[in-house]
Amino acid sequence: MPTKVLIPTPLRSYAGKQAVVEVSAPTVGDALSHLVAEFPDLRKHLFSEDGKLRSFVNVYLNDEDIRYLSKDATPVKETDTISIVPSVAGGR
Amino acid sequence: MALRIPRYLLDQIRAHGEETYPCECCGVLVGEFDDAGGKTAEAVVKCGNTRTDSPANRYQISPAELVRIQRQAQLAGHDIVGFYHSHPDHPARWSATDLAEAHWTGCSYVITSVEHGHAVLTHAFLLQGQEEVKHFEDEAIEVTT
Repeated sequence: MPTKVLIPTPLRSYAGKQAVVEVSAPTVGDALSHLVAEFPDLRKHLFSEDGKLRSFVNVYLNDEDIRYLSKDATPVKETDTISIVPSVAGGR
Repeated sequence: MALRIPRYLLDQIRAHGEETYPCECCGVLVGEFDDAGGKTAEAVVKCGNTRTDSPANRYQISPAELVRIQRQAQLAGHDIVGFYHSHPDHPARWSATDLAEAHWTGCSYVITSVEHGHAVLTHAFLLQGQEEVKHFEDEAIEVTT
């Protein structure tokens, strides 16, 4: 059973209008690589030109920020859910 | 295109701004998009403001909270359709900071002005474009019963 990747509403138009994409990958980094390989238009919305996640893009494995796990090398199990969430902030 | 929202949910958003005054409140609108580009809010989720360093003029929703809300919405067959926050003693218009920190294109950003502790005006703005060329457009709020 592949791992689920939840696509936030602003990125769905670049992911075949899907809310959930399933990928089979051993790590979070591999899962994201598979995701942008399947949907190339997603790449520039997730990654900067140097290949790093854009500063306002958060990636979670279940309830944990991958920045506090093993980042791209974080292992993924089939029962895990990867969530992509752009940040929400502002002020007057 | 408009944001449709039941009166009681709009009242919750405005009341949240009064509760947190003189600090900014924030939260998420969960609902559905329609084929015409409009959206309907079916629930609001109050969030904590994690900008404890400057809560009177800044807000931020914890990404962990967004993850939980997005996951629960997906399981219920709904979507995140927008966000709200308050402007204490400041107009209900988006600011340069609001635009710079907005990344959910296609979603509504609802702002309530709260003057001396009382919610005054509530306006909605639709984030359009892409990250490098994004902008806010005024969005009508259609209040339903």
